[in-house]
Amino acid sequence: MVNRVIVGAHYGTRDWLAQRITAVVMAAYTLLFVALLLVTPKFDFAAWKALFSQGWMRLATFLFVVSVLLHAWVGMRDIWMDYVKPTGLRLSLQVLTILWLVALGGWAMQIIWRL
Amino acid sequence: MPVLPVKKARPIWFNLSPLNLPPPGLVSILHRISGLLLFAGLVWLLYLLQMSLASQAGFENFKAYIANPLVKLALLGYLWAYLHHFSAGIRYLFLDVHKGIDLPTARKTSYAVFAVSIGLTLILGAKLW
Repeated sequence: MVNRVIVGAHYGTRDWLAQRITAVVMAAYTLLFVALLLVTPKFDFAAWKALFSQGWMRLATFLFVVSVLLHAWVGMRDIWMDYVKPTGLRLSLQVLTILWLVALGGWAMQIIWRL
Repeated sequence: MPVLPVKKARPIWFNLSPLNLPPPGLVSILHRISGLLLFAGLVWLLYLLQMSLASQAGFENFKAYIANPLVKLALLGYLWAYLHHFSAGIRYLFLDVHKGIDLPTARKTSYAVFAVSIGLTLILGAKLW
């Protein structure tokens, strides 16, 4: 008897964990963002731009964006896996989802970093 | 071989309409739907961010754009999706560490998710409108 332990690649556990960690990061950023808006006396262009011009805010936003990308990837992959059965179509949708998310992430960073 | 009795034709009624789900099930399917909405709206959100941060004129354009009632409605929908996904997500984090997994508590926290997400959407919606 071959005593073979089949454990898989563990990517399920890794993604499960990534989903939770990114959720916590996004929740923290959300609370920070709302708090910053609440202490902004007047919501105008100068205040809005100043908010994203600070180095730590850019870094926090960067972490938030990366979290959104990973979180959305795991979630969208779950949706494609649940509802799209033909392998080719599912694979295409998954690849398009990744490309789309990476493109959006690049765009988001461009918006924040060229201020 | 034993002869199996012919099964009586029984009515099959798989009602998968979300509204017939118990509250935790409704929270769950709406978590998925709101997540899909959030994903779909990401590009639009970035478009708004870019417009608002581009320049003073861009900021004015942004303000005029979100003053449009249809845009406001869409923003309100997105806000609901965010708030539902957020509060349901917090609930799931607690469920992950086995907090609130008994049925009465799970029901109560489901109602709490709806109260928070719909309540905050209405309050913030009233403020933004």
